Amino acid sequence: MKLRIIGLIAGAVLILAASCQSEQEMEFARYYSAGSLVYQQHCQNCHGDKGQGLQILIPPLTDSVFLKNNKTKLACFVKNGLEGKITINGRVFDDQMQGDDLSPLEIAKVLTYIANSYGNKLGTITLQQVQNDLKTCE
Amino acid sequence: MNKLWTGFIALIIFNGCKSNNGGGTALPILGNKATVTKKVNGKAVTDTEYATIPAFKFVNQYGDTITQKSLDGKIYVADFFFTTCPSICPKMHANMLNVYKEFKADANFRIISHTIDPKYDTVPVLKRYADKLGITGNTWWLLHGEKGDTYKISKSYLQSVSEKNPKGEYIHDGFFILIDKQKRIRGSYEGTDPAEVTKLIADIKTLKAEPDQINFK
Repeated sequence: MKLRIIGLIAGAVLILAASCQSEQEMEFARYYSAGSLVYQQHCQNCHGDKGQGLQILIPPLTDSVFLKNNKTKLACFVKNGLEGKITINGRVFDDQMQGDDLSPLEIAKVLTYIANSYGNKLGTITLQQVQNDLKTCE
Repeated sequence: MNKLWTGFIALIIFNGCKSNNGGGTALPILGNKATVTKKVNGKAVTDTEYATIPAFKFVNQYGDTITQKSLDGKIYVADFFFTTCPSICPKMHANMLNVYKEFKADANFRIISHTIDPKYDTVPVLKRYADKLGITGNTWWLLHGEKGDTYKISKSYLQSVSEKNPKGEYIHDGFFILIDKQKRIRGSYEGTDPAEVTKLIADIKTLKAEPDQINFK
């Protein structure tokens, strides 16, 4: 009997905790899981299944400092591509990445995925943020 | 004495199995085959001839001319790619790097990658690509040639490559083709699939151990 009550209480606490997951956390979870699919379809062939890149031809996506410093430019990188020298994890890359004409929502999802995988932890990159960032593309 | 006999019989059985089994551990020979009747010492002899890779002439990333003679006495793997390929090529060459690392010490092994975009992928561009991929020496050649020549030889490897489609993309197969010292096709592997490439590495080892390959002069 005692065990039953404890079980019931534990269950109730669990349900409460789950429903307590904030709207933000749920948004993050949605973005992240959808973003992993966008990644597989549009990024993985070059950047690899673990974001490892390829030698010094294709940069890895594991440089958290670079991602953080360029957070507001990431959407433009995805949409319009990137060329010129960049330093990732201390190595110089200067090949061209082609842009991919994804929707702002897809960009937000894939960036949320990348920015919170492979050792990165930048939180949700929202649709609002992507829309703002895209206005500033060079 | 008995023991000796047992050993002798075991030896015969073992050898018998080995020659019968030659086909069991050996790789298949792919491509078209034709039955040909030749006259040998005035006698008609019927034999099966397998398709082989024909003569060719390309230039590698060092600017050296590479012909079928450059691959005489060598087992090699061929594929088709281009350096600006946004789709399957990086994955193919990430996997091919494993093949390269496994056999780069073997002087009788080569990898050849034909560019299907010779206009952009000039010799210096191929050299730069090789450097960035981290490949050195003569194990892995990136080959430049006339587009027509490359497209023509792709058919000998049972591969399909074609001109850019209206979206500006080249469509090409991503297979790695294994060729033996007799220039016959011995295997075809999906280059984007790590498991297939692991099988390719195992198959190269099997092929290298075939008597036909060991004794090839």
